[in-house]
Amino acid sequence: MITPNLSWILLSPLLGLGLICLVPSYKTSLIRRISSIAVLLSFILSVWVYAVYDPVRSGFQFVQNVPWVIPFGISYHLGVDGINSLLLLLLGAASFAAVLVSASVKERVKEYYILLLITIAGTYGAFLSLDIFFFYSFHEVAAVPVFLMIAIWGSKRREFASMNLTLFLVAGASIALLGLLALYLAAGLGTFDLIQIQQHLAAHPLPIETQYWIFPIIVVGFGITLTLWPFYTWAPSGYAEAPTAISMLHAGVLKKMGAYAIIRFAIQLMPQAAHTWMPTIAGLAIINIVYCGLVALAQRDLKYLLGYSSCSHMGYILLGLACFNTIGLNGVVYLMFAHGIMSALAFALTGFVADQTEARNLDELGGLLKCMPFIGTCFMMAALASAGVPGFANFIAEILVLLGAWDQYRWLTVFAVFGLVITAIYMLKAIRLGFQGPLNPKFASLSDAHTLVEKLPYVLLLALLILVGCLPSIILTHIGSSTKTIVESMR
Amino acid sequence: MVSPLLVWVTFFAPLFACVLITLFSLRHKASSSLIAIAGILTSFFCSCLIFIQIFQTNPPAQLQASLPWIQFDALTINFGFLINPLSVLMLLIVAGVGSTIFIYSKGYMGQDPGSPRFFALLSLFAFSMIGIVLSNNFIQLFIFWELVGLSSYLLIGFWYAKPSAADAGLKAFMVNRLSDFGFLCGILLLWGISDTGHGRSFQFTDLSGVVPFISPHLMTIVALLLFCGVIGKSAQIPLHVWLIDAMEGPTPVSALIHAATMVAAGIYLLARTFFIFEHSTTALCIIAYTGALTSLMAAILAIVENDIKKILAYSTLSQLGLMVMALGLGGPMQGMYHLTTHAFFKALLFLGAGSVIYALDHEQNIWNMQGLLKKMPVTGLTFLIGTLALCGIFPLSGFWSKDAILGLAFKQNTVLYLIATLASGFTAFYMGRLFLVVFWENSFPSSKEGDDRKIHESPAVMTIPLVLLAILSAIGGFIGIPHLLIAGEAPEKLNMKVAVISSVIALLGLGFSYMIYGKRMASDPLATKLGSFYVVLKNKFYFDIVYGWYVDNVQQKVAVFFSWFEKEFIVRLCVGGITNLAMFGGKNFRYLQNGLVGFYALVFVLGAILLFLFLMLMSFQN
Repeated sequence: MITPNLSWILLSPLLGLGLICLVPSYKTSLIRRISSIAVLLSFILSVWVYAVYDPVRSGFQFVQNVPWVIPFGISYHLGVDGINSLLLLLLGAASFAAVLVSASVKERVKEYYILLLITIAGTYGAFLSLDIFFFYSFHEVAAVPVFLMIAIWGSKRREFASMNLTLFLVAGASIALLGLLALYLAAGLGTFDLIQIQQHLAAHPLPIETQYWIFPIIVVGFGITLTLWPFYTWAPSGYAEAPTAISMLHAGVLKKMGAYAIIRFAIQLMPQAAHTWMPTIAGLAIINIVYCGLVALAQRDLKYLLGYSSCSHMGYILLGLACFNTIGLNGVVYLMFAHGIMSALAFALTGFVADQTEARNLDELGGLLKCMPFIGTCFMMAALASAGVPGFANFIAEILVLLGAWDQYRWLTVFAVFGLVITAIYMLKAIRLGFQGPLNPKFASLSDAHTLVEKLPYVLLLALLILVGCLPSIILTHIGSSTKTIVESMR
Repeated sequence: MVSPLLVWVTFFAPLFACVLITLFSLRHKASSSLIAIAGILTSFFCSCLIFIQIFQTNPPAQLQASLPWIQFDALTINFGFLINPLSVLMLLIVAGVGSTIFIYSKGYMGQDPGSPRFFALLSLFAFSMIGIVLSNNFIQLFIFWELVGLSSYLLIGFWYAKPSAADAGLKAFMVNRLSDFGFLCGILLLWGISDTGHGRSFQFTDLSGVVPFISPHLMTIVALLLFCGVIGKSAQIPLHVWLIDAMEGPTPVSALIHAATMVAAGIYLLARTFFIFEHSTTALCIIAYTGALTSLMAAILAIVENDIKKILAYSTLSQLGLMVMALGLGGPMQGMYHLTTHAFFKALLFLGAGSVIYALDHEQNIWNMQGLLKKMPVTGLTFLIGTLALCGIFPLSGFWSKDAILGLAFKQNTVLYLIATLASGFTAFYMGRLFLVVFWENSFPSSKEGDDRKIHESPAVMTIPLVLLAILSAIGGFIGIPHLLIAGEAPEKLNMKVAVISSVIALLGLGFSYMIYGKRMASDPLATKLGSFYVVLKNKFYFDIVYGWYVDNVQQKVAVFFSWFEKEFIVRLCVGGITNLAMFGGKNFRYLQNGLVGFYALVFVLGAILLFLFLMLMSFQN
């Protein structure tokens, strides 16, 4: 049987990038076609990896390992388990949709796609790498173009937003780097190889004092990416001003790198410290849920509302991480996927609306269902998914997190349940103000998404959301053995 | 023996119809309505088969099947069904009343430009409601519980361009979400304490074995939390406010969702999981009083309402309160009996009202209607049957089921009995008022003379469902519903004393209404007779005003405060402060890099001296 070659997932956007560099910048439709095909190929490969991954066998599969800088123990080491193969699928779908909705970009098209492809390739690299050095480098490669893209293609307050976002993320990355280097030195193996470190630390855990201070450094460092309270202020403004594709990718996928890194590097490698620190994290998670939810309630700008909503939902991920049981961890991984797809969809639709109406403020919008029934219906579904209505993937993820957290953090979980009420209030309010009610006459001539290609990104994301929302076993059997391994290592 | 396949077909036929319409028929009005009707009729047909098969054995068979939906080591959530006499009865109501309303909708909504969307949503609702009825565990029940809330939201706001309709949908969803907060906490709590020895479970059949061993104190909390869900869905005090606004939806929706089935889901939940509630006398007592108060309050409010649909909505509230009270008094059978007959006559009344509204071109104020009995005889007569059934006049169905509840209350709690009897009196009064004002012949000149000639009876597709429901409302007391629910046991005999008292009260209520409204007047004479109390009633006991004040002045203010805190404290002070610190540092440290060689030499010399002194001190210490 042919097994998929993971490097190709990473190489496909890079090859597309190389090709685009050779195309003169006025041939925009060719550039768009090349990048869609490149990203589509990666998507198809990720689906393939997801399909042929054997969930029964624990450990990493389709591994490729090429030593690179031998003295420091750095190697090009790729491999997937249940968790990151799911994230590849998320990235595949979100990036394909992001490239498709980028059709609305009309300025500096060539540069735009080059930067977009770099981000996508970097994110693939980070999810695939089993070497801490490579993970970190890819993570940075993905982050840099975001800065440029917000600053160049962003909306009104783009300079502020891009600086704010970049400074926060750079600060987070350097804190995380500090933690990772400390881990590298403390493990004392002279290797960045995750699997070797994992096996070593499982047998010889770090002294609890060492774990105790490395753990929070890594959690805060990557927590900034995950919009851990109170380090999230970059997100709402960043997402609001970024070009649509970047909001989709960042809120949908890049943010999840933070959670992924916390699972892989902090929780799995330092389980004892995790036990001591996690009640604190659970507390912060609830602040995330309730506080950011309430702030979202007061927003009138649709994109800010979605941005705060996204911060609020990260609270459920953090709460699930703090549970130490398979129910909670499965919920976290499920939510990473569900929230990723949902927010990519919501930002894509908001981008469409903002492009058409040139307004984002809910008071200026109104009645858009009348002139764009397709987009409006999709937005309603995305908003309801976010509010945790059953039938969409988010519901299953959130219910798993709540069940997982119930035994340890009963009162905190009650607040988390209340978060569902808050989400429903602001999401329904957004629907009511933006899409229901009488149509503002100046929007009467606006057009809906008509062609199949225009509809494709939304249909794709929505279909995934509903499919996974109705048949949870697609994901749960896939990630089951991997999450179980992690939970067992925490005991 | 019932074949599981039959149940699955019943379950998924409406969903299939919904998907089919959404994917292929969103532009075709006629085919959409036919697909939807075919879907619900399939369900109805299959549920009749299930009904026949399940009662072939004595005692009636119970059937359960589960497919694993979420399953890993620590957690099992199934997707399944539990068929017993209770759920079959409810299934028949949902699919049966649903079928008549679907057919009626073809006439009522067929010409609306959004009618394919309407039929898709109606089918989605039917699917979700059947889901509630069949679910065999709490998580699945909660899923469908939320889905009926969703379809109700979408159907109330069906005419989304109308602000009042969109607001009403929002309110309904919000109130239900709030109550589901308690409901979900209750489910979590119950799951947390439900360890049977071989793992926890959400399954009703498993839980019924565990519950007796849990402390009554904890069971009270669980029961009250679960009852929160009922308060929202069945619109009990203090969360009843959404149901009146929900009348913004199309009339068939009001009939199906907000009268016959969805709002009854709360009662059904209480009956289905009565094994939990019966372990807490405190909880049952609170439930009974909540129901009784709702019943009385709604019946009083109905007498000053002028919108035909809203009068019926208050009546629904009142009857739901009666059912909740029955459950609280420990009578699931009586509650379900009244639920059944109520589904018949309330659906009938709503569809009758719809027929009137349709004929009068969307007029809903009863004071703009009159003497319709002659112009719309079928609607008028069936409406009369519904009215009398609701008032509890012998021998119509309402008489029997209401008497069962009142008899139960009479035996157990005199206060509740008196409240319920009083509510029945008001019920007879406002229904008499409604019927007399809308249908009674009189000589008062109409304000809209020209309209009179246009008014004519609705088409057959609308009147046939009316006749069917009228037959059921009339004979519902004789088809042996209590026998279905408690097989083998002889149902309680009619309590003659209670029956006579309630009949007299009902007749008194009707008589009073005839005294006041028998002759026509231009406006409601109650306005002057009730004086300042009329204002209180018109303001619906100020619930909406208080809630509105809370939303605007508390919830929104809190959100705005947090938003301000966010902007000023976190972003400006903390993040901005760190930025300024860095700027400040940069500004000051740059003086060190001034490029003057002399300055560098000075620093070099000073440094060397300091180092020298330091080393000297160190050596002295040694």
